[in-house]
Amino acid sequence: MDAFPKGSVGLVQAKTQHFDTPLPLANGRVLSEYDIIYETYGELNSDKSNAILICHALSGDHHAAGYYSEDEKRPGWWDHYIGPGKAIDTNHFFVLSLNNIGGCNGSTGPLSINPETQTPWGADFPTLRVRDWVETQKRLADLLGIGQWAAIVGGSLGGMQAMRWALEYPDRVKNCVAIASALKLTAQNIAFNETARQAIMADPNFLDGKYNEHNTIPKNGLAVARMIGHITYLSGDGMGEKFGRELRSGSFSLGCDDPLEFEIESYLRYQGAKFSTQFDANTYILMTRALDYFDLAREYNHNAVEAFSHATCKFLVISFTTDWRFSPERSKEIVQALLHAKKSITYAEIESSYGHDAFLVPNKRYNDVFSGFMAGIAHDIKRGEI
Amino acid sequence: MRIDLDIIPSYIKDNQDILDLGCGDGTLLKLLRDEKNSNGIGLENDHDKITECIEKSIAVVEFDLNKGLQQFDSNSYDIVIMTLALQAMERPDHVLDEMLRIGKECIITFPNFGHWRARLHLMLHGKMPVSDLLPYQWYDTPNIHFCTVKDFESLCVEKNISIIHKDMVSEKNVSSFLCKLHPNLFSETAIYHLTRN
Repeated sequence: MDAFPKGSVGLVQAKTQHFDTPLPLANGRVLSEYDIIYETYGELNSDKSNAILICHALSGDHHAAGYYSEDEKRPGWWDHYIGPGKAIDTNHFFVLSLNNIGGCNGSTGPLSINPETQTPWGADFPTLRVRDWVETQKRLADLLGIGQWAAIVGGSLGGMQAMRWALEYPDRVKNCVAIASALKLTAQNIAFNETARQAIMADPNFLDGKYNEHNTIPKNGLAVARMIGHITYLSGDGMGEKFGRELRSGSFSLGCDDPLEFEIESYLRYQGAKFSTQFDANTYILMTRALDYFDLAREYNHNAVEAFSHATCKFLVISFTTDWRFSPERSKEIVQALLHAKKSITYAEIESSYGHDAFLVPNKRYNDVFSGFMAGIAHDIKRGEI
Repeated sequence: MRIDLDIIPSYIKDNQDILDLGCGDGTLLKLLRDEKNSNGIGLENDHDKITECIEKSIAVVEFDLNKGLQQFDSNSYDIVIMTLALQAMERPDHVLDEMLRIGKECIITFPNFGHWRARLHLMLHGKMPVSDLLPYQWYDTPNIHFCTVKDFESLCVEKNISIIHKDMVSEKNVSSFLCKLHPNLFSETAIYHLTRN
């Protein structure tokens, strides 16, 4: 019997690539050297025309599919959609998934040692913009000899990277898939991010971001930040269906004074606590800021049509009905601009009660749309059109 | 293949930008891409049909036509097409105006309610016609604005729209001679290629 479920890419291993060519950043600073950790699934074909780049979202990493060992309980974060026979079919595609710089899962970020000071970067790690990630992803592609991606795919913040690629390096992207994404965040969306950051910074253990030097972490602050995020990633209805007003402990019986806990409280606390020890607070701040700063059309006279006029690839945009953090309206703005720019655009709005998290969750129609589009790309590769 | 879809490519030049309103399963856009190298986009609201378009690698945008086409720029497409859907629109006259605003030209096909079978059905049975092509009862039909060839041409005159091409066709074995002789009586489907004067 196989150790891994059918449709899994199975056992995977991360690789680390060191770069010592200095990287000029969008904010004017320079990163003198850095590491990128990444995983690949499937085989690169002889003319290197079947490569797919996966761009991760806020708290994602390079482990998008498969298992590190037979004992690992949960596969990579997008395992529902990457694997043999799945939407991103590893029988056809060579899939590359990396951890962006500024991250905390193996690529250079706030937890890494600053070569100039020989202490952890912490809060001194340069603020990053989406274009910096695109630049590092391009350098990795150059190194692997991938001249053109058959597709760049991402959800949320990942979709922003995919779109930025399409404008910065149009001749290196054949298809761009932006799922539950946006041209830029709304004021409300920035407000949620700032509230999360303030929760982290208000933790006495944050210590101006130098918590590592003092061997502590702002656990409570990061947990609250995650709880805020979690609430906004789910839909009100979805939360109601899953938790309702069910009690985890205690009772409303008259005369009963036991401590009460709703299921939703327990769930959020558990999620917050789990995240707070697995993720780095400075990375969380850096990633949410990159989200806030992103504005696809800023350098194009604030005109998204003008921005997209630089792209040459085909686009697939997908949104989810109950996603209020990156609502269908935001996706429709992308679609509208692409239509005006006369680009090839396919758009579907998927019924789901999972809110923003829907892009990670199995869903028949989402899978049909996504698989259908990717199958078309696989077909083009076979016919030698990519 | 639906007979109106067979004829439409003959109206279209190579490499044109096409917007297909209610593009269904993408059959027409695929035909135009393969035969005319058209650069086409379809708008469709039916989920299954959207998936079928994607499986054909046809660019399709999920869209409810009754919400209006204001977001499309004037003269942004060479040709705007709507096949067998005009009769299902809330205001077909407004849709026609919009199609000729967005497109330099438009192509419209619709079931001709002046067809002799429809007339005979109403005359003999005194009931609203139900046919293979239009299998609905009056109460559940999405087709809320039927017209005849004569009605449609009156609207074109009223709106100062000129007809570049028209074809009157029938799926059944009616000779094209009869369709030409008396289109309003013998054609099941009317196909119009229009532009503004």
